[in-house]
Amino acid sequence: MIPIKTCQEIDKMQRGGRILAKIMTELAAMVSVGITTKDLDEEAGDLICSFGAMSAFKGYCGYPADACVSVNEEVVHGIPGRRRLREGDIVSVDIGIKQDGFFLDMAQTFPVGRIDTVRRKLIETAQGALEEAIKVFRRGNRLVDISRAVQVYVETRGFSVVRDFVGHGIGRALHEEPQIPNYVTKEESPLLETGMVFAIEPMINAGSWEVKVLGDGWTAVTKDKQPSAHFEHTVALTDKGPVILTQEG
Amino acid sequence: MAKEEAIEVEGVITESLPNAMFRVELENGHKILAHVSGKIRMNFIRILPGDRVRVELSPYDLTRGRITFRNK
Repeated sequence: MIPIKTCQEIDKMQRGGRILAKIMTELAAMVSVGITTKDLDEEAGDLICSFGAMSAFKGYCGYPADACVSVNEEVVHGIPGRRRLREGDIVSVDIGIKQDGFFLDMAQTFPVGRIDTVRRKLIETAQGALEEAIKVFRRGNRLVDISRAVQVYVETRGFSVVRDFVGHGIGRALHEEPQIPNYVTKEESPLLETGMVFAIEPMINAGSWEVKVLGDGWTAVTKDKQPSAHFEHTVALTDKGPVILTQEG
Repeated sequence: MAKEEAIEVEGVITESLPNAMFRVELENGHKILAHVSGKIRMNFIRILPGDRVRVELSPYDLTRGRITFRNK
């Protein structure tokens, strides 16, 4: 069963979402040539603390950091470390927090300095795909409509959609039902209803969709080493349609 | 998040309930509530108490399942 949230619960989540959006804005301003992915993670940890929230990722199945920081060919779950950002890189920052009993999840991909056309288009397409997906997150549609919106938007622009990772329901747990693939599957697809809260997260690659997980057990990279981009919002379906919770009010 | 596939297990129907729901006893002894997949309904496959069936479980809720196959 897909958990349904009440208006009060969604309000609580929105307050957490605004905090997370602020944290993301601060980190966006920090992205620059020469900093390490660890620097970003430490700043994320400090910011989460300063808002009195908790990192949702640290310790989740043994994940060792507050944020996931994935550079270029790293798709998701990059463990922050000594890798330095260089001019022309793209860096995806994924953060989850727990605030007031509820989880919020958000990710964005940022350019580092000047980037080439392919990377710029890749970022624009990932962001556009997320917007398209949110547009069809409406009562009466099915889950597969979200998947289709992403897949069509991305593939008509010549990029590919990662298969091994999916969006997810979110609320009192970081990962709730349902799984939200970013491509059309043959599985039964539930109707969307008011009160559902989803973390919708298209992950798209410039080359093939195939990815592999590195020996650290977390970092997912594209098999062909082509760059990858990732955007994510936590979105609630209300009476008035979809509401992005992870944005500043 | 990483994509998780449904868990497939075998069980025996113990009780037939309204609305095409069944109580299934799994091989590990757990009793769960299961509904019938659309494909089985479309092909009008009758399922009766005592039948062995294949059940898909969601990793989130291990008390409910989906019957995907009736063994002969």
